[in-house]
Amino acid sequence: MEFKKVSGSRNEHKVTLYALSTCVWCKMTKQLFNDNGIEYEYVDVDLLDEKDKEKARQAITSKGGPLSYPTTIIDDNTLITGFRKDRFKEVLGV
Amino acid sequence: MTISIDQVRRRAEADAKTYGYYLVPDPDLLQAFLEGLKVNEDRYGYPLCPCRLASGKFEFDRDIICPCDYRDPDVAQYGACYCRLYVNKAVYESKNLPDVPERRPIEKQNRAYTPQTAAEETTQEKPPTPETPKPTVQPTAKSSAAKGEVKKKLWYCKQCGYVVFREDPPYVCPICKAKREMFAEIEAGVELNG
Repeated sequence: MEFKKVSGSRNEHKVTLYALSTCVWCKMTKQLFNDNGIEYEYVDVDLLDEKDKEKARQAITSKGGPLSYPTTIIDDNTLITGFRKDRFKEVLGV
Repeated sequence: MTISIDQVRRRAEADAKTYGYYLVPDPDLLQAFLEGLKVNEDRYGYPLCPCRLASGKFEFDRDIICPCDYRDPDVAQYGACYCRLYVNKAVYESKNLPDVPERRPIEKQNRAYTPQTAAEETTQEKPPTPETPKPTVQPTAKSSAAKGEVKKKLWYCKQCGYVVFREDPPYVCPICKAKREMFAEIEAGVELNG
């Protein structure tokens, strides 16, 4: 599964975003990260092949998350489902 | 043939009007939803929910074709659908979009990831072909246990008599608005002797 990397000045956290290319709230999440210079990697799950879709499913469910998009995993231990500005603020300080 | 954004918009507006809903008040968000629906309709042949993952198989995806099966109960409970494209009057006026959790059962969500039952991977793996799947309903449901198909049943609304042929009864009767509990299965059989 190949992630697209977006570099930013704020790289103190490892931020991984599982998104859908058609999803409005996923776009908002990317926008929020871009606007705040957050470094992150993302994958648009709807554009993956079946094997990688399954890998994405496992990555999300193994962290206890529901299969909703966007799903953001921070430092491999904090999972945020949805465009949750309050949670992003709490964890990433944006 | 592709669908235009204007067609998608008119369809959503007409549907909102019919059901007494509103479309999300923020024009940029609305435009983004309509674009997502258009992309999905061009890709799959039906306007799949832009906020959910498709299997690309009509029978697996039919409950999340916009307006999805979950919209009515979600608007009733939260004031908006899962995407928050459709909202009720109070949300429309306050412009405060609620958080709406996923109501779709996990078994159905999983079909988008392992549509061919993961155990049987021996057959050649063909990548999903975006252009071809057409929403063809197969009335004969040949051996419904066969992979890639769902078992459809006849359901009727005990309140108004509305009948549907699908996997599950609707959450809300589209005719009389009765709740799902008012639906019962019609036991249909074929007499072979005589």
